[in-house]
Amino acid sequence: MDRRKFLTILGSTVAALSSAHLFSATPSYGRKLGTLKKAYTFFTQAESEFIEAAVARLIPADELGPGALEADVPYFIDQQLSGEYGAGARFYNQGPFGATTPYQGYQLALTPRQLYRAGIAATDQYCEETYGKRFAQLDPAKQDEVLKGLQGIAGDINLKDVPGATFFNHLLSDTKDGFFSDPAYGGNKDMIGWKLVGFPGVPAMYMGLIGRNEPYHVEPVDLRSLQEAKAPVDEHGHVIHRRAAIPRQTTAPTSRPTDSSYSDDSRPEPSFAV
Amino acid sequence: MGKVFSLNIHELPEEKIMATTLKPVDVVIIGVGWAGSILAKELAQTGLKVVGLERGGNRRQEDFTLPGIHDQLKYDRRLELFENLSRTTLTFRNTTREVARPMRRHGPFPWGEGVGGAGLHWAGWTWRMTPWDFQIKSQTIARYGEKMIPEDSTIQDWPITYDELEPYYDKFEYTLGISGKAGNLKGEIQPGGNPFEGPRAREYPNPPLKRSYGETLFANAARELGYHPFPMPAAQMSQPYKNPDGVTLGACVYCGYCMNTGCEVMAKAVPQTTTLPVALKTGNFEIRTHAAVTRINTSGNRAISVTYIDGQGRELEQPADLILLTAFTWSNTHLLLVSGIGKPYNPATGTGVVGKNYSWHNALPYIPLYYDEGHIFNPFMGAGALGTVIADFQGDNFDHTGLGFIGGNILAAIAMGHGPLTFQPTPPGTPSWGSEWKKALAYYYTRTVQIIGLHDHLSYRGNYMDLDPNYRDIYGNPLLRLTYDYGPNERRMSEYLVSVGDKIAKAMKPSKYAVYGLDAHFNAGAGYGIIHQVGGAITGTTPANSVVNKYLQSWDVPNLFVIGASSFPQISSFNPTGTVGALAYFAADAIKNKYLKNPGPLVPS
Ligand SMILES: Cc1cc2nc3c(=O)[nH]c(=O)nc-3n(C[C@H](O)[C@H](O)[C@H](O)COP(=O)(O)OP(=O)(O)OC[C@H]3O[C@@H](n4cnc5c(N)ncnc54)[C@H](O)[C@@H]3O)c2cc1C
Repeated sequence: MDRRKFLTILGSTVAALSSAHLFSATPSYGRKLGTLKKAYTFFTQAESEFIEAAVARLIPADELGPGALEADVPYFIDQQLSGEYGAGARFYNQGPFGATTPYQGYQLALTPRQLYRAGIAATDQYCEETYGKRFAQLDPAKQDEVLKGLQGIAGDINLKDVPGATFFNHLLSDTKDGFFSDPAYGGNKDMIGWKLVGFPGVPAMYMGLIGRNEPYHVEPVDLRSLQEAKAPVDEHGHVIHRRAAIPRQTTAPTSRPTDSSYSDDSRPEPSFAV
Repeated sequence: MGKVFSLNIHELPEEKIMATTLKPVDVVIIGVGWAGSILAKELAQTGLKVVGLERGGNRRQEDFTLPGIHDQLKYDRRLELFENLSRTTLTFRNTTREVARPMRRHGPFPWGEGVGGAGLHWAGWTWRMTPWDFQIKSQTIARYGEKMIPEDSTIQDWPITYDELEPYYDKFEYTLGISGKAGNLKGEIQPGGNPFEGPRAREYPNPPLKRSYGETLFANAARELGYHPFPMPAAQMSQPYKNPDGVTLGACVYCGYCMNTGCEVMAKAVPQTTTLPVALKTGNFEIRTHAAVTRINTSGNRAISVTYIDGQGRELEQPADLILLTAFTWSNTHLLLVSGIGKPYNPATGTGVVGKNYSWHNALPYIPLYYDEGHIFNPFMGAGALGTVIADFQGDNFDHTGLGFIGGNILAAIAMGHGPLTFQPTPPGTPSWGSEWKKALAYYYTRTVQIIGLHDHLSYRGNYMDLDPNYRDIYGNPLLRLTYDYGPNERRMSEYLVSVGDKIAKAMKPSKYAVYGLDAHFNAGAGYGIIHQVGGAITGTTPANSVVNKYLQSWDVPNLFVIGASSFPQISSFNPTGTVGALAYFAADAIKNKYLKNPGPLVPS
């Protein structure tokens, strides 16, 4: 039986505001691959080329502003894989391993670190065999094709040694984590991710504001700026946010995405725990 | 002192290592979360010497200070405060026909560890069940006849009534300083509260929290449709509060970092801000951390001691007169099974009781609503239990004739504090990455409201816990094995509750929305986020239908009490902790006023 889902979408009543962008100053956001000013401790040279190319497709630099590459997300992933998470230190890793149902969660014998190592190698091998080039050397359209194939939503790429979708889902989720985590973890450089969505980071006291139907346009604050006493705080240590220099403007997306072949309409992961 | 216990199971010597036996104490409490800390306070205050054994580390209020607490990666994604699964976990399968596999990572219901338990980082929805919930079986039969209960359902009435528990609900709510609005004061319906709740003796100790804008839209739509919206009872203080034990809590600032972590302004009632300081002040309560209990030792029908492994790897035996098992549903059931206390449940024959009647409930429905210009919700502002609720479709508050199921849900518009690491709303049809995803998220992050329901879930013959034959924890014990799936009642209920959700969503006039019901099967790889596991050591009227009596005292071993949601014969629509707290006070009263005067069974078997 299929997932019981009842879905209704009303007609979109979008009236786009001005099309001013989040970052109005610089016209070009893309960073060249391989120009990170930090040292990788897990990825090899070839692996870092793959990751940089892949995250630049997953969250691209575009007219809305910089993307995952510019936010140093590859470095974030590298650091996460170098540490506790990469080692699967808080996961149950004992065998036996064996046949599973689709409802038993992650059952590979691989730690996240091993999964990336195997997944990158297998994807590059697939690209070599199919296109005669490694992933990082493909043009963006081909790269998207490969990523969609891995994801298993459009096309289906069978990797050697590791399930493509499992690898892809880790990569996508870690990329988003790196885009929105506090910059202390090495990604979300200049709070690029937070600025994109209008998240203020370390919170102020909101009791006077909750309930209002009003935008909250402030300069976001991260942990480091507080630690360095660069953000103003009240007598209890709560941040006092500064109004944003340029109010954030957003444009409603077109009601119909041009390509929804790789949309994921399954039940979203929850943002609550009760 | 003692032998060194090896943490590598492959190096375990053949013969049993002799544990070092410690000086006896009056009471041992296994697990220092909500239930454990309440019992510790109540018993230490009588002068008894109480030792709490907690397998996680110490967690102090000082650990949750500015600004470090505001870290979504650490608390919401890496789950810093949750069980470290490299030491122990459960195994899972949907049916007995499958081989259970370990839950290698947290997913559907990450559970707590460390002083305060999950109570430290709970969201704070603090409910009472209704009188109907305590008598689900007899009331259903009386109104609709036997045939309304699915054939293989094993639901049963509680041996306790709402009226008996009311004073203890009151005590828990006043100790915590719950913010809310009464809907039924001594039988009189109160405007603005839940008109379907059981009668309460007095108002909530604190007025409701402020209402977010999304909740206002929900409340207006619900009222238009003739329903009765009311504020969620919340463990966040709407104003500074001094509780009956003299402990002070601060007012909530709606910072939005609430669930999965502690609170820096002490505005959330957790063991550290309510029960624990009072228990520790007596001088009669000692907490030992990194103390993983592996067994309750018995002699005849008496529990004589517990065995635990400490942080240095030593195996220690702590004798006590009275043993309280307050280690949450998993460990409560697990420790009974590994200690051989009570008869394990066998689903094939329906005999035995330990592990029986596991249940849980999912978010049903889950409704994200997407708005366009003119509506901004600022999802990062909020509090763990900030929500507006309707109970018009809860329990038996509506006529089920011809519907083919019993029970229903509570339905809430929430503003729990949703940072972008875990809240990435994009309307259905949006690609999950690339420029289109980015554009949709940039627009909808601040323009999306969420509604979730929590539903009744019956217990069934095939949903249960036992010991796994294939996997072990690092202490050498078999893992707990969970066999579970949704039942026929839940699947039928899902369709109905989805249609109710759809009606309300439409009335809220978003530009887009989606209503999600239950998946085809429970999926241990999904991140459902609901930590309401019940059953396994259920309460009932006889040893044949339960593990513990109405005072949560073991039928088999009268100096052992098993306290927590493990005692629920089935789960209601309500988050369990209000009832867990009330039961803890109820059991504490029975121990102080009955058991200590005359140690022995409090209910004849
Ligand atoms: C993120 C989150 C949000 C939640 N939100 C809500 C909510 O809004 N409303 C609600 O009603 N409920 C909520 N809950 C559930 C609530 O936290 C629990 O119902 C409650 O804490 C149960 O209390 P307890 O004392 O039974 O268990 P816990 O508070 O979990 O404490 C059990 C303790 O026992 C310890 N332990 C376990 N095994 C052993 C062993 N073998 N030896 C020694 N110690 C052991 C554990 O480490 C733990 O500290 C939430 C839970 C979580 C995790």
